[in-house]
Amino acid sequence: MRDGVLTEGRPVRWTLLGLTLVFLALFLVLPLAAVFTEALRRGVGVFLEAFADPDTQAAIRLTLLVAAIAVPLNLVFGVSTAWAVAKFEFPGKSLLVTLIDLPFSVSPVVSGLVYVLLFGAKGLLGPLVDDWGFKIIFAVPGIVLATVFVTFPFIARELIPLMHEQGTAEEEAALTLGASGFRTFLTVTLPNVRWALLYGVLLCNARAMGEFGAVSVVSGHIRGLTNTMPLQVEILYNEYNFVGAFAVSTLLAGLALVTLGAKSLLEWRYGDGLARTRRH
Amino acid sequence: MAIAIRAEGLAKSFGGTVAVSGLDLAVEPGELLALLGPSGSGKTTFLRLVAGLESPTAGRILFGDEDATHLSVQDRRVGFVFQHYALFRHLTVAENIAYGLRVRPRRERPSDADIKRRVADLLDLVQLPGLDRRRPAQLSGGQRQRVALARALAVEPRVLLLDEPFGALDAKVRRDLRRWLREVHERTGHTTLFVTHDQEEALELADRVAIFDKGGVEQVGTPDDILDRPATPFVAGFVGEAVRVPVDAAGSWIRIGDHQVRTPGENAAGPAELFVRPGDLVPATDPATAIPARVIAVRRGGAARRAELLLTEGLPAVEIDLPAGHCARKGDVLPVSLATIRLFTSR
Repeated sequence: MRDGVLTEGRPVRWTLLGLTLVFLALFLVLPLAAVFTEALRRGVGVFLEAFADPDTQAAIRLTLLVAAIAVPLNLVFGVSTAWAVAKFEFPGKSLLVTLIDLPFSVSPVVSGLVYVLLFGAKGLLGPLVDDWGFKIIFAVPGIVLATVFVTFPFIARELIPLMHEQGTAEEEAALTLGASGFRTFLTVTLPNVRWALLYGVLLCNARAMGEFGAVSVVSGHIRGLTNTMPLQVEILYNEYNFVGAFAVSTLLAGLALVTLGAKSLLEWRYGDGLARTRRH
Repeated sequence: MAIAIRAEGLAKSFGGTVAVSGLDLAVEPGELLALLGPSGSGKTTFLRLVAGLESPTAGRILFGDEDATHLSVQDRRVGFVFQHYALFRHLTVAENIAYGLRVRPRRERPSDADIKRRVADLLDLVQLPGLDRRRPAQLSGGQRQRVALARALAVEPRVLLLDEPFGALDAKVRRDLRRWLREVHERTGHTTLFVTHDQEEALELADRVAIFDKGGVEQVGTPDDILDRPATPFVAGFVGEAVRVPVDAAGSWIRIGDHQVRTPGENAAGPAELFVRPGDLVPATDPATAIPARVIAVRRGGAARRAELLLTEGLPAVEIDLPAGHCARKGDVLPVSLATIRLFTSR
């Protein structure tokens, strides 16, 4: 390929590479470094102390709880949706595919507002829910609902192209060999998409833990009760508790790095099963 | 004679598209029946209807005396081999072959030792011993199709269904596998249906051939029947690289353009179609019956030299096989005569 028609001259290549590196440093590496330096500015002791705050601990617990509910739910929704869309023909399929992308195209704040309008005190279903003595808005169920909505597309989007490309021949082979539909799903469909599925779960989890907009609208910011980690960061920051804010941020940044690392590992190790999903 | 599979008035449409309509076909036990036809003629749909992968819009399918029309695909006990193998990519060769045995309910499932023995036997049968630990991705196309056949045979199917099994393979491997499939069929004796659009494959491999067109069966017969006694103009035109030449028939004569040719039998008077295959024409020995044809192209194909001829200006060009040493060149006039006359009177 060297000196081929598709190779630009050396100055062009270096300029492009230089621009990319400067951009990466400025917008990705620098902020990430800032998070860690700010968090550790007054030493490891103060950094660790930030996590002793009961409200911060409550926020971490709530975030883990929300992700622990939202991710499995979306695992089930995502897999069943992808299965239906990729392996079967039915009327309204393209509408369903468009709907899957809705959470991506709608601003998270609007997603949150929708739930307030539905389940809020003056909302459509609000009084009904109130009668049952159940609280959704400004409570944990609302946060879970908003998170499920926002993170819904990740797993389905990851699986649909791969399942579609794999077609239905292997499933048909399993059926002719006597396997039931469910057995076929467990022994053929699921194993064939396992790495893409894991990848989707990682992305879904990262977003579930990091979601700010939608959760902010429905949470009500009740300290120690309805604050997730991103909301806690905002509160600490607004109170000029910079070390606290950045300390919690390091957890979220760490999560991002772990996700990124796992993603690279998956792509490197099981590129076959994933690379195709990149060709959306 | 007993019948292994019978289709009665079978029909299938997808939305508004008719894939199969009014199809009747009887498959004899232990025979190797080829389903041959152009693409879109319904042969693959028919195979999938037999397998239970599609359900018919109308008609019945019988396995022996049992009505199988509403039997689920799992209960039909068919072995299906797909064009693109459809091996389970995450399983090894041995696990692929054992799949059909392992998914059986516990009381019908063979013991692990039996499954192992069965897998080893099948690997021997398909001539792939020692590859049991490989993954499908590590095999060549021909090897994959052998594994697919072993997997289908493992469940002791009542009938073996092959959907263009060699369609994705190159010519050399195709020929080897064709011979091998014939051997396997002779050893195992399964009733076998296989779909192909390759006439050479169908005629060489099968006991009988069913010619499909427009969702129905045009003719079922031995390769000799199909080649020598085509029942319909479609069959006559479809097999043997025939060229359709419009002629006028009257009594025991036909008129091809400016030439008169005597036919063995009597024909109804009127327009007719003559189907000319490369083997039907021979260089003329008797000048009285010769047709002076003009050579418009010569090409070398395999052992013979094939020339394209114009019998009369304005008629479709016909082909003739000449010995490789023949010196016919473009522009020459070659006297030929018709050794075989295949005539269908136009309706």
